[in-house]
Amino acid sequence: MSFNFDQELDCSGLSCPMPILKTKKAVDSLEIGQVLKMIATDAGSLPDVNAWTAKTGHELLGHEEASGTFTFYIKKTK
Amino acid sequence: MSENRAKRLAIIAGHGTLDAAYPPLILATSAVAMDMEAAIFFTFYGLEIIKKGNADKLQVSPIANPAMPQPVPGVSVPNILGMLPGMTAVATGMMNGWMKKANVAKLSELLEMALEFDVKLIACQMTLDVMGVKKEELIDGVEVGGAATFLEFASQEALALTF
Repeated sequence: MSFNFDQELDCSGLSCPMPILKTKKAVDSLEIGQVLKMIATDAGSLPDVNAWTAKTGHELLGHEEASGTFTFYIKKTK
Repeated sequence: MSENRAKRLAIIAGHGTLDAAYPPLILATSAVAMDMEAAIFFTFYGLEIIKKGNADKLQVSPIANPAMPQPVPGVSVPNILGMLPGMTAVATGMMNGWMKKANVAKLSELLEMALEFDVKLIACQMTLDVMGVKKEELIDGVEVGGAATFLEFASQEALALTF
C-alpha cells in the first residue's frame, strides 16, 4: 500500500510521545488535503496514531508494517 | 463517535523524582497534540522539575520502591540496601541508562516541547514561599499562581490527574 505524499517525517528510534508530537507539528505545517508520510519504530505508534487521528479528525489513509517499522499516511483534513 | 467533553487536561505534579516527572510532561504535551489545552500545576517537590537546568538532574529513589527492577536479573537485592550511601545515584544511573537505550526524550526536551505547545506551567506560589525559591530560579515561561489559578483552569471541561 502506498500513497502520494507531500511531506515525509522519520520518527525511527523515537519513543512515546515524540512520534505523536512531531506528527502534530508536521501536520500543522501542511495545507488542507496534503498528506504526511510518517515512519516510526515505536511499537505503540500504531494504536497511538489511530487514537490521534480519531481525536483530531485528520484522516489515516493507511499504514504498512514491515519488520518493526511502521509507515503511516495521514491526510490533513482541517 | 462518542462525544468528547473534556477539552482540557489539568495535571498536578507533586513529586520531584525522575520517574514521577515524566508522566505529567508526556501527557500534557500529548494532550496539546490532540487539540486539547493542558496545564501542569507544580507543587511541593514537583517544583524541582521546573527549576532552571534541573530537569535532567532529577533522581530515582530505590528506597520504598520495590518495583524497581534488580540490577542483576534473578538476584534479589533487599530493598533496605537502598538506604546505603550512593544507592540513589546507582538507581538513577540505571534508569537513565534504560531511558537512553529506549531513546526516550530527556525531561528538558519535553519541557521545551511543553513551552512550544503552550502548555500552561503553573508554579505553586505557596511552595515557592515554603521552600524559599525565587521565581528567577524557575525556567522562563512559567507562571506563578495558587490553587485558585489551577482550579479555574481545571473547572472547565477538564480531566484532572495527579502525579
